[in-house]
Amino acid sequence: MLGTLRRIGPARLFVHFAVLLIVILWLLPTLGIFVTALRDKDQIVVSGWWTAFSGSSQTAAVRLAGPDKAVQDGPNYVIAGTVAGEGNSGNGKIESFGMRVQEPAAYKVGSSADLGNGETLTVNADGSYRYQKNAPFEADARSKRIYLTIATPPQFTLDNYRNVLTGEGIGQSFINSLTVTIPATVIPILIAAFAAYALAWMEFPGRAVLIALVVGLIVVPLQMSLIPLLRIYNEIGQMFGVSSKTYPGIWMAHTAFGLPLAIYLLRNYIAGLPKEIIESARVDGASDFDIFVKIILPLSFPALASFAIFQFLWVWNDLLIAMVFLGTDKDRLVLTAALNALLGSRGGNWEILTASAFVTILIPLLVFFGLQRYLVRGLLSGSVKGG
Amino acid sequence: MISQILSAVGAMIFGVAVCAAYFLFSNKLLDAIFPAKEGGDVHRVAVNLRRRGLIRPWLFLGPALFLLAVYLVYPVVATLILSFYGPDGSKFVGGANYVWAFNDTEFRQSIFNNILWLAVVPAACTFFGLVIAVMTDRIWWGNIAKAVIFMPMAISFVGASVIWKFIYEYRGGSDTQIGLLNAVVQLFGGTPEVWITIPFWNNFFLMVMLIWIQTGFAMVILSAALRGISEETIEAAVIDGANGWQIFWKIMVPQVWGTIATVWTTITILVLKVFDIVLTMTNGQWNSMVLANLMFNWMFRGGGDSGRSAVIALVIMAAVTPIMIWNIRRANAETKGR
Repeated sequence: MLGTLRRIGPARLFVHFAVLLIVILWLLPTLGIFVTALRDKDQIVVSGWWTAFSGSSQTAAVRLAGPDKAVQDGPNYVIAGTVAGEGNSGNGKIESFGMRVQEPAAYKVGSSADLGNGETLTVNADGSYRYQKNAPFEADARSKRIYLTIATPPQFTLDNYRNVLTGEGIGQSFINSLTVTIPATVIPILIAAFAAYALAWMEFPGRAVLIALVVGLIVVPLQMSLIPLLRIYNEIGQMFGVSSKTYPGIWMAHTAFGLPLAIYLLRNYIAGLPKEIIESARVDGASDFDIFVKIILPLSFPALASFAIFQFLWVWNDLLIAMVFLGTDKDRLVLTAALNALLGSRGGNWEILTASAFVTILIPLLVFFGLQRYLVRGLLSGSVKGG
Repeated sequence: MISQILSAVGAMIFGVAVCAAYFLFSNKLLDAIFPAKEGGDVHRVAVNLRRRGLIRPWLFLGPALFLLAVYLVYPVVATLILSFYGPDGSKFVGGANYVWAFNDTEFRQSIFNNILWLAVVPAACTFFGLVIAVMTDRIWWGNIAKAVIFMPMAISFVGASVIWKFIYEYRGGSDTQIGLLNAVVQLFGGTPEVWITIPFWNNFFLMVMLIWIQTGFAMVILSAALRGISEETIEAAVIDGANGWQIFWKIMVPQVWGTIATVWTTITILVLKVFDIVLTMTNGQWNSMVLANLMFNWMFRGGGDSGRSAVIALVIMAAVTPIMIWNIRRANAETKGR
């Protein structure tokens, strides 16, 4: 052990430890909602999610039966019955009991507690109890209140998911999100790829100006576009007598806002393809359209894939554009907007919020981990040339 | 449910098909108008080929240019004009909206908060990204660690808000704290707080979220840049007796300086547009308003005031302009060097 330690060295060990710490820090927030979404909704509010695997214990107050239920047993009087299912959740295990709220765990289950005055009380694990006095109970006394410590085993359930998918409109929003995202991913790639090819390999006047324009537009904040565009949308909507908030409308908005970066990245990639292939195809009489479809598109697959992932994540996770161009009608809400609405209306219902959040981040996480290789490659190929 | 799915699928196919059809048919049409069949009049064929070459680039660029012009170029001009007009954009008010902005306490609060965000978030993301990249490059399970730290990039800001709201959750009275932060504070003997309602400091609790999301991005790019550093420089430093700290600051950092600048500016642009986090966490209450949210509020609050929101949009634009110019210059230099 010491030998291994020496070979690793304290500095190296420190690096391992530090990275482990950072990984845990980065994972903890997400883990919190994953675990919470699977917990019983009554348990979420009584204990932190980090105790979910160890079970929780809670205190419940119950009343024993009144003196009128007392039965004479030899010289003693006995009140017997059960506390199971009475003010406690019923699926927990009673661990201990007590007479005062300050000491709810004064006595172990099964043991006999001497309450003085000739009274004893025994509570068993199954909830049955025996309250005994060596004299008659005073007839007008109230029934006795005792406190129980109940250990609840870890409980996991899929009910929260069932609830949000059917009851809270998350299922509908999921379809809406897909309807927005898939065309808003495919269309900009198609348009950007054609434009990128033209900017990379076709000769025409004004090419340099257009490239500079595209680069400049990358940083235009899209907040800028909202008011003028809403006006155009409303006017067109009125002209044709249709709603101004339509799916084609939001597809075009997402397409346009994604275009500058897409054209820039794809142009960099396409311009880097070997010149000989394109020129020999031209000599063979292929038109630019044929060259693009048959040569450029297949060769650019890695760049197209990486941009597709970006655009997909961006559109799926967007809230602002969806709120402005698709509106906040209940049947048109995308997932992020639905989740935002739930944050307002169901602020404290963590079983609903966490399950909904899980549904919204499920698809991006699948895409992310499934295609991470392309994503990283895309990040590195275009955005930081010469870094 | 089934009909919803079917109509969704139908809409998707329709959208993509329209776009593909444009490119296919416009190019076919061009070929039909200017035929270049072999065996025809040689002179005519040459003329037609040249005409095709003149028109085809614009067919390829058409949809992109149209969308860029309508969705990005025109709005910049229109916003500039709107900023001189009243609430509904019909009455000219001169510089009144600008005067309002610089006298408005909420606007000044937003500017202050935005500067705070700009000072903290890009620096923190770049610094953590760099440190984590250096450390993970040295250990065998570094790629797993990187994937975990990169993961929040895939999570929406709204999803992240739910995640972090749960961490900052506060429960009053003698209830057990179920928010991680308050539970930890309590464990060390502190008093639980409603973290996101503490003025000034709540800004930092919101920034933590963006740092959590963006550090992975900085890490991935800086990690690639670090791999590009030549081994010889580091070996030479080791032979000269430099320690790890000196190697990091004097050998590695200067060599990836260009990438650090890129990462920094990318995150700066993102910070200026930050909207979702503030909307979902505080909606600008408790002095946490930022420009993007203030602008959104003026767009829709009480029927909206397009003049005032246009001014705020222009302030954001002005902050981005230096980065835009720098970007264009750098891209131009790059294209020439190719």
